[in-house]
Amino acid sequence: MKAIAATFLAAMTLGAMSQSAAAQAGSKTLDLIKQKGALTCGTNTGLAGFGLPDDKGNWTGLDVDLCKGIAAAIFNDPTKVKYIPLSAKDRFTALQSGEIDVLARNGTWTQSREAELGLLWVGVNYYDGQGFMVRKKLNIASALELNGASVCVQQGTTTELNMSDFFRTKGMKYEAVAFADINEAVKAYDSGRCDAYTTDASGLYGSRLKLVNPDEHVVLPEIISKEPLGPAVRQGDDQWFNLVKWTHYAMINAEELGVTKANVDDMLKSPNPEIKRLLGVEGDFGKGLGLSKDWAYRIVKHVGNYGEVFSRNVGEGSALKIKRGLNSLWSAGGIQYAPPVR
Amino acid sequence: MSLYLRRDEAPTMPPPVRAGGAIGWLKDNIFSGWVSGPLALAFIALIVWVTPDLVRFFILDAIWTADDGAACRVQGTGACWAFVDRKLDFFRYGSYPVAEHWRVDVVIMLGTVLSARLLWPDGKKSTFGLFAFLIGIPLFIFLMIPGPAAIIREPSLELAILAGGIALACALEFSKLRTLWVGLIFFVLYPVLGAYLLKGSPLLGLIHVDTNLWGGIFLSLLVATIGIVFSLPAGILLALGRRSELPAVRFFSILYIEFVRGVPFITVLFMANTMLPLFVPDNWSPDRLMRPIVGFALFAAAYMAEEVRGGLQAIPKGQSEGAMALGLSYWQRMRLIILPQALTLVIPGIVNIFISLFKDTTLVAIVGIFDFLRAIDAARIDPVWSGPTVSPTVYTFAAAFYFIFCFGMSRYSQMMEERLNAGRRR
Repeated sequence: MKAIAATFLAAMTLGAMSQSAAAQAGSKTLDLIKQKGALTCGTNTGLAGFGLPDDKGNWTGLDVDLCKGIAAAIFNDPTKVKYIPLSAKDRFTALQSGEIDVLARNGTWTQSREAELGLLWVGVNYYDGQGFMVRKKLNIASALELNGASVCVQQGTTTELNMSDFFRTKGMKYEAVAFADINEAVKAYDSGRCDAYTTDASGLYGSRLKLVNPDEHVVLPEIISKEPLGPAVRQGDDQWFNLVKWTHYAMINAEELGVTKANVDDMLKSPNPEIKRLLGVEGDFGKGLGLSKDWAYRIVKHVGNYGEVFSRNVGEGSALKIKRGLNSLWSAGGIQYAPPVR
Repeated sequence: MSLYLRRDEAPTMPPPVRAGGAIGWLKDNIFSGWVSGPLALAFIALIVWVTPDLVRFFILDAIWTADDGAACRVQGTGACWAFVDRKLDFFRYGSYPVAEHWRVDVVIMLGTVLSARLLWPDGKKSTFGLFAFLIGIPLFIFLMIPGPAAIIREPSLELAILAGGIALACALEFSKLRTLWVGLIFFVLYPVLGAYLLKGSPLLGLIHVDTNLWGGIFLSLLVATIGIVFSLPAGILLALGRRSELPAVRFFSILYIEFVRGVPFITVLFMANTMLPLFVPDNWSPDRLMRPIVGFALFAAAYMAEEVRGGLQAIPKGQSEGAMALGLSYWQRMRLIILPQALTLVIPGIVNIFISLFKDTTLVAIVGIFDFLRAIDAARIDPVWSGPTVSPTVYTFAAAFYFIFCFGMSRYSQMMEERLNAGRRR
């Protein structure tokens, strides 16, 4: 018995050692990716607009496009991504263990996840927040008019807590009708069990399409919680952290400068020095990231700028039709803001 | 004595009224008493009440063709079969590259033909059986591979594979190739060939298709087949090991069986896919798909072992002693005397495990593998198609798929039971 215990302990120690070895090797994430020939990207197992396989099984979505952007920057080929669909339970372990290089799975950026889990959020590619959906015929224009309403909600989530906070601070009464399964909650709302339905705004638009008559329902403008969603990487590889972060920023900068997938080749001749720097016509800003000079050009050429990606996956160009809102550029009333390339 | 002796003849009773015709049948089978009569009426009422709605929803009001979900979202429409049709490729192959689908088709076709030949009972080859064999296989391949709709869209390659399947089935049937050889091909040659076809190999000029792209029905069948094919022989060995007189063999068999049976399958999956990578270096960790498949097979083997052991216990000791007296070795005794009897006894249990294995393949979805059910769940979310009727439609489709397979296995096992149990039939 003792021998077995000893062997087990030895195995554990060996495991721990190899884990720290993996962490050291992690400082060369980019080299490893180049050696493997593909980026390994952790995605959602299926969330409309963010990460979902299409009819042909190709991954699409806002988060997926970020992975494609990184692959475009490294390999000049957005298809060199290996997608690993992860459930909410094992998404962080997969990143910690080095199984994936970047987690683009609409994870909410919180203090404890960075401080305790050893992860780093590279930015926010979607500012989400909890909202309400009601029937149009109720003639309600604001969540502040929801006094006395019954609200369908998913049980045991932060959503439930946020709602209770919201109604309490506003001094309003409400009746929560909680369901264990989110689809049950939507169904109950649709059948008229509740006056309103609440979840993250991005989810509200997706749920609306499941209703019997989507046009009879409206999403209220108030957002009652902060849910900054973004991609995350492991701590301990600052170069890789920078690379992912600047892939995101390059897309935002491209939108701000009016560089699109369609006009990026013409923009190479643009006299604007900011565009010249972004697209690598002037200076060599890719070098510090371990990339080539035209890294941002590749991203825009293959994937597009942030506005295009947003519109294609979740915005006007998609079935979800989510308004830009907070996700507009800072110059257009939103809070998407990227530091300059220079 | 005389008290009990009857002197006069018993009076002749009138013959029982042999109820004939439809009314008699109804009286015997449906309205035979105060309990079953009202119950039967209640069920008839239920059927009459439900059927029209079902027919309306699934057939009459159903949307059969559409380009997006708009047509299915119209109020009052029925099942959205157009959605299933559009997503059928994704349901079948997952993310497997479209241009390479034929490789999966060929593997399924070969597997179907070979396993059908192996499972088809020898001996009484009636015309009907032959007919069923040669019609059943092509029909199955036709439904599994091209599908009625796809064959109209792109007939050439799919038809070629279908024709190849039929030709191979005929060849196997008429060539008098011994079952042993077919078995060798199925268990040795076919897995190797299949692996190369599916994964790709530069030598054969096939591009590499990573296992994270595998999915759909094809993956469900793959996981189930590997589980089933591996678990029976492994289970038999473990069961023999548990009854062995060699202490080490017995100890490890018991340890293995009890440990695996004592751990929930989901734990094994999580261990394989979240713990393993933490402990082994990156390039060592086995393929993400292989891990749950291996776990699945090992898990199934432990359950199978106990089922088989149940059969072994039921064989009287005299059988073994008699075989010993004839001078048979251990393996000869097992192979010729004990196992044929023991396995026949536990066919229902074995098939029970197979059926539950087939359905348990859906559990691999929780570690992010896109099996059939997971593919359905992902497709259901597609905002282009989402609507109130999509989920009922697609889950009905899934239920039908699993039911056909499980019911098929069950019927097959009952047929085999009858054939093998001829000596014990009551």
